[in-house]
Amino acid sequence: MGGWAIAVHGGAGVDPNLPLQRQEEAKRLLTRCLNLGISALRSNLPAIDVVELVVRELESDPLFNSGRGSALTEKGTVEMEASIMDGTKRRCGAVSGVTTVKNPVSLARLVMDKSPHSYLAFSGAEDFARQQGVQMVENDYFITEENVGMLKLAKEANSIMFDYRIPLPSTCSAGAAAAAAHNPIRMNGLPISVYAPETVGCTVVDRQGRCAAATSTGGLMNKKIGRSGDSPLIGSGTYAGKLCGVSCTGEGEAIIRATLARDVAAVMEYKGLGLQAAVDFVIKERLDEGKAGLIAVSNKGEVACGFNANGMFRGCATEDGFMEVGIW
Amino acid sequence: MGWAIALHGGAGDIPRSLSPDRHLPREAALRHCLQLGVSALQSHAHPLDVVELVVRELENHPQFNAGKGSVLTTDGTVEMEACIMDGKTMRCGAVSGLTTVVNAVSVARLVMDKTPHIYLGFQGAEAFAREHGLETVDPSHFITPGNIERLKQAKEANRVQIDYTQPIKQDEKSEVLAANGGSGDSQIGTVGCVAVDRDGNLATATSTGGLVNKMVGRIGDTPVIGAGTYANSYCAVSATGRGEAVIRATVARDVAALMEYKGLSLQEAAAYVVGERVPQGTAGLVAVSASGEVTMPFNTTGMFRACATEDGYTEIGIWPTEQE
Repeated sequence: MGGWAIAVHGGAGVDPNLPLQRQEEAKRLLTRCLNLGISALRSNLPAIDVVELVVRELESDPLFNSGRGSALTEKGTVEMEASIMDGTKRRCGAVSGVTTVKNPVSLARLVMDKSPHSYLAFSGAEDFARQQGVQMVENDYFITEENVGMLKLAKEANSIMFDYRIPLPSTCSAGAAAAAAHNPIRMNGLPISVYAPETVGCTVVDRQGRCAAATSTGGLMNKKIGRSGDSPLIGSGTYAGKLCGVSCTGEGEAIIRATLARDVAAVMEYKGLGLQAAVDFVIKERLDEGKAGLIAVSNKGEVACGFNANGMFRGCATEDGFMEVGIW
Repeated sequence: MGWAIALHGGAGDIPRSLSPDRHLPREAALRHCLQLGVSALQSHAHPLDVVELVVRELENHPQFNAGKGSVLTTDGTVEMEACIMDGKTMRCGAVSGLTTVVNAVSVARLVMDKTPHIYLGFQGAEAFAREHGLETVDPSHFITPGNIERLKQAKEANRVQIDYTQPIKQDEKSEVLAANGGSGDSQIGTVGCVAVDRDGNLATATSTGGLVNKMVGRIGDTPVIGAGTYANSYCAVSATGRGEAVIRATVARDVAALMEYKGLSLQEAAAYVVGERVPQGTAGLVAVSASGEVTMPFNTTGMFRACATEDGYTEIGIWPTEQE
């Protein structure tokens, strides 16, 4: 027991028919990010720096729904949100409605470190970013062709959908409907074949037993302008305290109602459960009809994950040599 | 078991020397809002409707920091946020960054009732409120002379404050007070209401203008479910104080979690959170339990508060009572 541990995720809720090629791509990215975090931990970088580093990498890659490659709002724009928390003193930072900042998780970090506040949004967040001299880009930097196609599909279906990553044989709604009929699994009201996971996250405990967590997302495809999910909400999508660090993903509203991330820690603190037992408990008892997943680490160097959705892109590793990347 | 209701008009460093013309109107407002809530509960209104009703009333009152009378951002503007939650179903709604909507808590209610989402902010929230025909006014409607003065003070002191005169050196303090005709006072962060009916249905709502001189776009604990606002089948909680501290301590959620996971009573759980989980001088809360209990702890100098239970107990206060 003891030593560092790290977990990363690229979202919960995966189509069982996801093409193998996409599965491999995702696993490669998760592995790369995990290794990035592992090197940093081996060089004794503190947990809070490691989670930021890893989530930046996930944001920069267009594969998952965060930073570049974010899902699009109803207006075809990108609005990102992120949060980060340092378990040692429970300091935290969060941002929402970010449209021109290349790495939202780093902006959240700056809110935590360089502002008197914990949560900044929209133009206030962008002004702060400018003052801090962070890297700013045009909103189109974040928009990918694939997502433009998906938004069109979502509008045709006239429903909110998770970021859709699976290339359909055709881009018309008949194709979507056929695919939908094929598979009864649903998430956020949509057939799993037209849903793909949102959010990326990382949680880490370093050799000194310090826990940290960070989460970042573009949110729901075709979401209303101004809609925020669980990712920037401390206690819902992200939490870190003395005992553990947690990052969640899935149906945002369900995660918020469950204050999922905080509950893992609360159950450990107030009920005395161990990490895995706590994770299992909240996934089983707290998610009512919602579908979600989470990754967690404990200050004892353990790592755990849980999900009640169909699959979760994830990877984890501990100092004693354990390493695993998976989807199902 | 019977109904119970509690409401607050903010916790903070409310000086005992506060002049009568500064606290009597607020006490009267608390009494009025309490009566509104009690009548509603007696007429079997659902707690969600009760808390929304009461918070709307508090928002409309210019001497509390919500709706009209909201404190100002560093740009001299008003940005309001609110949240509402139903304990039985755990449905909730939250909004931030409102500038023209008269009653933020009602927008939060609509987000909860009419969208598949929980949280809308800024332009999106404003547009949504308009689409649904909620009352909007010119932003200047919310700005009061007292708050313009408060912002000026804060800028001079170069501080962000929970809309109260910070504990500062004694002579500095009296200088500030003197300079402002004794207005270095207590219109402090946030209003909120919690209620439970005879059937154990719980609800909570919170609303605020935030921190004086806050950065534009700053969001506090009020709309963060689990921080400033939370309700489940055990209890309903509305917190107030230094937003950043309330967020880190997930105050509202923790009261319920302590009851559920550690078997503490409402009062024990609330006292523990306020006493041990947040720094002294930063928070207070009101809470009711499914069985009709009520508690209103705070670790600040004072908290504008009022409560009533079906068995006839009533309390309206600002500072700690003798026993506390």
